[in-house]
Amino acid sequence: MTDFTQLGVKQIRDGVAGGDFTAREVAEAFNAAVAEAAELNAFIVTTPDHALAAADATDAKRAKGEELGKMGGVPIGMKDLFATKGVQTTAASHILEGFEPEYESTVSQNLWDAGAGMLGKLNLDQFAMGSSNETSYFGNVNSPWKKDGTNAAMSPGGSSGGSSSAVAARIAPAATGTDTGGSIRQPAAFTGICGIKPTYGRCSRWGVVAFASSLDQAGPMARSVEDCAIMLEAMAGFDPKDATSLDMPVPNWEAALSADLKGKKVGIPREYRMDGTDEEILKSWEQGKEWLRDAGAEIVDVSLPHTKYALPAYYIVAPAEASSNLARYDGVRYGLRELPEGAGLQDMYAATRAAGFGDEVKRRILIGTYVLSAGFYDAYYTQAQKIRTLVARDFEQGFTQCDVILAPTTPTASFPLGSLNEDPLTMYLNDVFAVPASLAGLPAMSVPAMLNSDGLPLGLQLVGKPFDEQGVLNAGLAIQNRANFNAQPEKWW
Amino acid sequence: MSVTREEVAKIASLARIRMADAELDRMVPELNGILDWVEQLGEVDTAGVEPMTAVIPNTLRLRDDVVDADPHTAGGRRDDVLANAPAAEHGFFGVPKVIE
Repeated sequence: MTDFTQLGVKQIRDGVAGGDFTAREVAEAFNAAVAEAAELNAFIVTTPDHALAAADATDAKRAKGEELGKMGGVPIGMKDLFATKGVQTTAASHILEGFEPEYESTVSQNLWDAGAGMLGKLNLDQFAMGSSNETSYFGNVNSPWKKDGTNAAMSPGGSSGGSSSAVAARIAPAATGTDTGGSIRQPAAFTGICGIKPTYGRCSRWGVVAFASSLDQAGPMARSVEDCAIMLEAMAGFDPKDATSLDMPVPNWEAALSADLKGKKVGIPREYRMDGTDEEILKSWEQGKEWLRDAGAEIVDVSLPHTKYALPAYYIVAPAEASSNLARYDGVRYGLRELPEGAGLQDMYAATRAAGFGDEVKRRILIGTYVLSAGFYDAYYTQAQKIRTLVARDFEQGFTQCDVILAPTTPTASFPLGSLNEDPLTMYLNDVFAVPASLAGLPAMSVPAMLNSDGLPLGLQLVGKPFDEQGVLNAGLAIQNRANFNAQPEKWW
Repeated sequence: MSVTREEVAKIASLARIRMADAELDRMVPELNGILDWVEQLGEVDTAGVEPMTAVIPNTLRLRDDVVDADPHTAGGRRDDVLANAPAAEHGFFGVPKVIE
C-alpha cells in the first residue's frame, strides 16, 4: 500500500486525477499523521474536517469528469497568519486568541478554489516576528531534525516554523508561508525543504495579518521545486483588494520548468562572504556553483556593495511599519480586551496591549515608535529608506551582469531551541543573507543542498530579477537535480 | 544615540503598552543594543538618494465608480464587523466611558 504521506503535491494531484487513489485516502493519511505529531507543536489548530470536505469535493468532481484544479486533492497546512473564515486566526499571539475571521484571505481562497484542503493552522513566530519559532504564544515549534548524537530540541527556523516543521516531517505535503525578511527561506533551509518568496505583489496581502506591509509576501513551502511552482501558481494572481497587487497574468511556471541553464549567467555576490559564516555553508556554496556550472551556466562575480547595511536598514523599516500596523490591536474591535477595575479608555488600550503582545513584538513596536518619532524620523527612518534604495540599486546593477544570483540562505545550520535568545541581535543575524532580496522586493528561493557534518540540512538561495520567478525556479531545479537531497528526519514524535 | 529609562517609558506610553518597572529595566539595554547597531547606517553617504517609496513600480488604480463595487469592503455588514468585538452593544463597539 502506498504511504501517502511520502507523496508531494505533484504526485498527489496527478495520482488523484489519474484515479490511482482518492483524495479522501490522501486526506485521511495526512490527518492521521498530523494527529500523531502533537509533539512537534507545528499546528495551533487542526482542521481534519476541512481537509476531508475538500477531498470529497475533489473526488466528486472526478466522478463527474470535471476539472480538478491545480491543487486538486492536495491537503495543505495554512500558516496561522492567513485569515480563514470561521477558523481561529491568531498570528500566534494572545491578543488574537479566539479570533474567528468573517472572511477568507485571497491566497487561501485561491488555494481552495484550486482544489486544496486545509489540515490546520500552522504555528509561527508571533506576528511573524522571529527567526526560530520561539516567540509564539502557543509554544515553540520543534524541528523534526536532531543534531547527530544529541536529543536537543532544534529550531525549525522562523517565522514560518510550523510550516517548515510540518512539511519536513511529512505531516503535510506543502504549506503556505510568508516572508518579510527571510521567513520562508530561512525555515526552509533549516529543515531541508524548498520555499519561494515571489516578487513583491505577486500574492495578494488581503487577509494576511500585516507585519511590514512593504515587505510581506506569501509563498509556498514544499519538498520540491516542482511542487513550489505548482502551488505558487495557485496562490498568485491580481487582487483588486490589495493596492500593491501586481496586475499581471500568472505565468505557467510548472510547464516552463527547465534545468538546462545553457546561456545563463549566475552571479556570486562577493559581499556575501562574511565573517562568521560557517565553513560548511561556504563549502555548500562552492558546491552550488559547481552544480550550476554543470547545468550549463556561466559563473560570474558580482558586487552588491550595500549588503552589510541591508539588515540594520531592515530593522528600522520593518519595526516602523509594524508599529503602525499593530496599532489596530486596541481591545475594541476584535481580539483580547483587558479592562482593569476603574480603567478608562487609554488604560484599557495599554493594559490590553501589555497582556496581548509578547516580548519580541513589544520590542519591535517600541523601536518602530522611536524611529518614527519627531526628531528621529530623518536620522533613522528616512536614512533607512534611502539605504533601501541603494540596496535595490545594487541588485539592478548586479543583474546587468547575470540572470540569477546564488548565495547561501543562512549563515549557519539550525541551532538548539533556547540557544540564541539571550540577545535579540544574535537572532537577527540569521537573516543576513535573506533580507537584501526582501528589501528589493525580488523573487528568492531556498533549495536544500546537503546535510552538514552534524546531520543537519543546509540550503542554497537563488535570487532573481523582478517578475522572474521562472529563472529562480529553473536554477533551483538544476540544483535539486544534482543535489539529490532525499534525507528525511528520523521519526521520534 | 542611546535611550534612557525615561525615554523608553515615554515611547511605551506613546505606543500604548503598559510596562512594569522590571520590564522597562530589561527593555532599556536591549533597545540600546539594537540602536547602537543600526547606528552604522549613518556612515553611508546618501546625499542625492531618494528614500524608497515603492519597491516594485506600480500605479495606483481607481476602482469602478459604483456603489459597493466590492461586497467585501462595502457597507451593510455591521454584524460581521462586530462579530469579534469583545463588547458589542446595540450594534456598536462598547468602550469604557470617555467623557466625564
